[in-house]
Amino acid sequence: MKEIIENIKIRFKVSDVILQRQNITFMTTGKESAIPLITWLRDYEGFSHFVLFSTVDWNEDGFFQLTYLLNNPVKKVDLGIRTFILRKNAEMTSAHHLWEQVATYQREIKEMFGINFPGSPRVGESFLLEGWDDIPPMRREFDTKEYSEKTFFPRPGRESNDPATYMKSKLYPNEEK
Amino acid sequence: MVNKENEKDKFLAPENEVHTVIGPEGEEITVDPLKDYFCEAFPKVHEPKNKIVENFINWARAESLWVLGFGTGCGSIEIPPLLSPRYDAFRFGVAMRATPRQSSVIIISGYLSVKTLKRAIRSYEQMQNPKFVVALGSCTINGGMYWDSYNTINRLDHYMPVDVYVAGCMPRPEALLAGFDSLKKRIRAGRAEGANEYASNFKWYKANQKKIIKDWNMPDYNW
Repeated sequence: MKEIIENIKIRFKVSDVILQRQNITFMTTGKESAIPLITWLRDYEGFSHFVLFSTVDWNEDGFFQLTYLLNNPVKKVDLGIRTFILRKNAEMTSAHHLWEQVATYQREIKEMFGINFPGSPRVGESFLLEGWDDIPPMRREFDTKEYSEKTFFPRPGRESNDPATYMKSKLYPNEEK
Repeated sequence: MVNKENEKDKFLAPENEVHTVIGPEGEEITVDPLKDYFCEAFPKVHEPKNKIVENFINWARAESLWVLGFGTGCGSIEIPPLLSPRYDAFRFGVAMRATPRQSSVIIISGYLSVKTLKRAIRSYEQMQNPKFVVALGSCTINGGMYWDSYNTINRLDHYMPVDVYVAGCMPRPEALLAGFDSLKKRIRAGRAEGANEYASNFKWYKANQKKIIKDWNMPDYNW
């Protein structure tokens, strides 16, 4: 693992190298160098298996964090490449030419976060939400409770209790808090 | 006002667009699938005719429930054990069918996303009268643990007429058997009139369904 990280550091500008476990490491790189880096990892370092592609919304900071998780089946190590993109007019270079299944991830991320991936096949088509006309639902400013109450006819009289205090009052009604 | 007749329906499925086909003798035929392939008539209310005959028919209906093999959410995993030797729903005259045209009961087994609701409505409408709906799990009653989700419905009875609710998260197969038992009692008493209720409140149900299914690209009644 250390050898791989050293090799990366010679060629690419990476920061925040986190050795999460013995066989999994995360590192952050710039938006422009992310795709060249994973291309190089796939072609020269044996990270041939694409595990997942995920997004985190850092609403207060104005960033989306994208994580490409790659796996090296020979050395049995995982490598997570993180990159930050601006929330405003969010756009990222597509990686569907490296692994075909990336196109599906990108289609989902386009729908759930509104990040565009120009050139990715069928990226504009709806994936899970057919006919969605609100802001993308996984964005942090989207209020899911408010949307649900507005749309789905909430049943009146529904109550929520904290399970611990509720069971305590049921089982031991005479006991003080 | 926008002239809606000239506006192209952006959600219309490509196979449902108006197109021409070549007939066997080379003639061109224009086909409008939404009008030609589907029955345009809305469902009708069927009043029970003769009390004695109806009682007998209701007994027969109650003793052979043909369930559509349609699973949504986590409850669909409770249905296979129901048919296994341990619970053996066949004892009670409950059998599974593969197509809505041959079944009389639809089990909504758990949470329904908007995307699945569209398919569930389509399946429900294709079933022949009389038809019954069993709603399984808390999610169909008030949304359950997904009550504030952006993509799952809260109350099933706003979209299709429910005969029996089985509460729980998740109800075990025994609870489902008890649900079938109360459905049978309901049918025998002549109170399971869900299909008639759907027909008489058709506009209300359709308005509720269209409120959340925004890409409505099928006929209003999928008979």
